[in-house]
Amino acid sequence: MARLKTGTRLKSAVCNTQVMIVAAPDADVDLACGGQPMIDAAATPPAGAVISPDAAKGTVLGKRYVNADGKLELLCIKPGEGSLSVAGEALVLKEAKPLPSSD
Amino acid sequence: MNLMMLLEMAVSGFGERVAVQNVGAALRYDELFAAAGAAAAGIEASGCAHVAVLDENSLAVPVGLFASAWAGKPFVPLNYRLTDSELEALAARIAPSLLVTSSERAGALAGLPGTTVVTREAFLAGGAAAGDAPAREPNWPMDPDAIAILLFTSGTTGAPKAAVIRHKHLVSYIFGSVEFGAAGDDDAALVSVPPYHIAAMAAIASSVYSGRRLVQLPSFSAEAWIETARREHVTHAFVVPTMLGRIVDVLDQRSEAAPARLRALSYGGGKMPLPVIERAMKLFPTADFTNAYGLTETSSTIAILGPDDHRAAASADEPAVRRRLTSVGRPLPSVEVEIRDPSGQSVEPGGSGEICVRGEQVSGEYLGRGSLVDRDGWFPTRDAGFLDEDGYLFLEGRIDDVIVRGGENLSPGEIEEVLLAHDAVADCAVVGIPDEEWGEAVAAMIVLRAGRTATADELQRWVRGRLRSSRMPQRIEFRDELPYNETGKLLRRRVKADLTGAS
Repeated sequence: MARLKTGTRLKSAVCNTQVMIVAAPDADVDLACGGQPMIDAAATPPAGAVISPDAAKGTVLGKRYVNADGKLELLCIKPGEGSLSVAGEALVLKEAKPLPSSD
Repeated sequence: MNLMMLLEMAVSGFGERVAVQNVGAALRYDELFAAAGAAAAGIEASGCAHVAVLDENSLAVPVGLFASAWAGKPFVPLNYRLTDSELEALAARIAPSLLVTSSERAGALAGLPGTTVVTREAFLAGGAAAGDAPAREPNWPMDPDAIAILLFTSGTTGAPKAAVIRHKHLVSYIFGSVEFGAAGDDDAALVSVPPYHIAAMAAIASSVYSGRRLVQLPSFSAEAWIETARREHVTHAFVVPTMLGRIVDVLDQRSEAAPARLRALSYGGGKMPLPVIERAMKLFPTADFTNAYGLTETSSTIAILGPDDHRAAASADEPAVRRRLTSVGRPLPSVEVEIRDPSGQSVEPGGSGEICVRGEQVSGEYLGRGSLVDRDGWFPTRDAGFLDEDGYLFLEGRIDDVIVRGGENLSPGEIEEVLLAHDAVADCAVVGIPDEEWGEAVAAMIVLRAGRTATADELQRWVRGRLRSSRMPQRIEFRDELPYNETGKLLRRRVKADLTGAS
C-alpha cells in the first residue's frame, strides 16, 4: 500500500511488466501485478514470489490501464504475463481516441 | 519520467524498424538506442553541463536528443544561421558544453571558451570522448523535472531567451497526443523545420513513439522537399506556412502532381494565408490536412483543426462552420484553454481576450526568469483570440501587436482576414503606426497576387464595407513580399519600421 506519484516507474515482482504512473488518486493505492504488490523499478523482487493464476492475463506494451473511477491510470512500458489490479479489482484497458498527426 | 522511455518502448515494440533516415544513412530503432547509449557515455566523460547541436537536420539531432536525455543533460539545438558573435554569446551561457557540429564549422568554433567541439561524425561514432562504449544499462535519470531541451528564441530585441522544456512536458505531450506504435509499416514522416524549432523536437518524439520512419530533410527548399517526399515515399509531413507557400508555387510552376504517397499534411507555426491552404488542398486532393497550434512554451501543439474539420468547414453552408477553416481547431483532450480579459476574468464564447492554457505539457518557463504559469497551472500565452460556441479556437495575433487607436483596441488579425478575402490580395500585414491624433493609426502592407491590381483606395473601401470605420487602414503600402523569418514567423517589427519610415 503506497501513495503513487505521477511519472514514477514501477515493476512487477513476478513478471517482466513495468508501468509508469500517468495519473493517481490522492490516497494510498494497493497496486498489484500478477497478484503480487508492484515494486520500485530499481528494487529487487522478493524471492519465491509467483504469478497468481487468476491474475495472469498479461499486459500489453504502450497500452493504458485504468481503474473503475478513472483516477488511477498506468502506461505499460514493458509487457509481461501478469495482469494489473488495485485492491483485487482488475484494471481495464483504456481505449484511446486517435488524434490526427500534428507533427 | 525521461524522453528515453519513448525510445526504450519503441525498441521493445519494433526495434528492427527504420527509425530515422537521412539521405543515404539510416538507423533502426535498436541502432538509434545503441547510438544514444554510446553518445551518452561520451557526454558524461566530457564533463559538460549542456549538449549543444549546431547542425542542419542530421542523424546527430535525434541521437543528440536521446543521448542527452540518457546522460541527464539539457539538449540545446542552436540556430546555424547565427553569426559567430551571437554564437559566442550563447556558448558562454551554456558552458561548459559539448558542441556537436559539421566538420566544416568545427575548426572555426574550436576556440570557444568552455566549449568542447566535436564533429557530427565523431559524435555519432560514440567517440566524443569515451572511445568505444560498451552496451549500456537503461540507467537514465527519472526526474520528471529535469530539463530535456533548451530552445533559444529568435530574440528580435535584446538577448535571446531560453525556453525550458522539462522531460515531463514533452513526455506528457506525447502520451497525450500519440498512440504508441500506431504507425503502419509504410508510414514515413518528413521533417523539414530546423532542429532549433520546437516542431522538430516534437516530430522526433512523436515519430519514435508512433513507430514511424522519420525522414530528415537537411535544410528546406521546396524542390528538395518535393523530391525527397517522392523518393522516400513520405506519407506524413509538417510544414510552416512559408514552406507550404513555396511548395505550392513550385508544383504550380512545373504543373506537377503532388508527391503521391503523401496522405497527411499538417501545418502550423504561423498564420496560414487562406489562398495558400486553398491552393494546397487542390494540389493535394487526397491528403488529410491538419492545422496545429502551439508554442515553444507549450511543448508544441495544444489545439488541432483535423481533417474532418477541414472537410466539414470547406463544404458547409452555415457561415459559423465555414469560418472554422480559419480557426486552429479544438484543444487537445489533455489541454484546457480559457480566454481571459485584461483583469484575468474568463470571457464567454465569442468574446476576445488572452488565450490561457493549462496542461501537463505546458512549460511556460524561460531560463533564469522563472515560470509564467500561475498557481492554478494556467499559462498566459500572450496570444489574443476567442473560442466559438463549439469550442473552436480562433487566433487574433499577439497581444503585444494589438493596435490601440483612440482608446479602442483593434486586432490586426481581424483586419488582415478581411483584406485577405479580397481577390487581389495574396498576403498582408496590419500594424499600428504612431499617429498624432489617435495615438496609433492602422496601417497595412499588401502583397498582390501575380497579375492582379488593387488601389489603396479600393482596399480601404473594401474594409470599410465589412468592418467598423475605425478598422479601416489609414495607410496602405504595396510590397513584393512580407518579411518572414526562416521558420515562417512574420516579422511585424520590420513591417512597422518600414511603414513608419515611409510615412
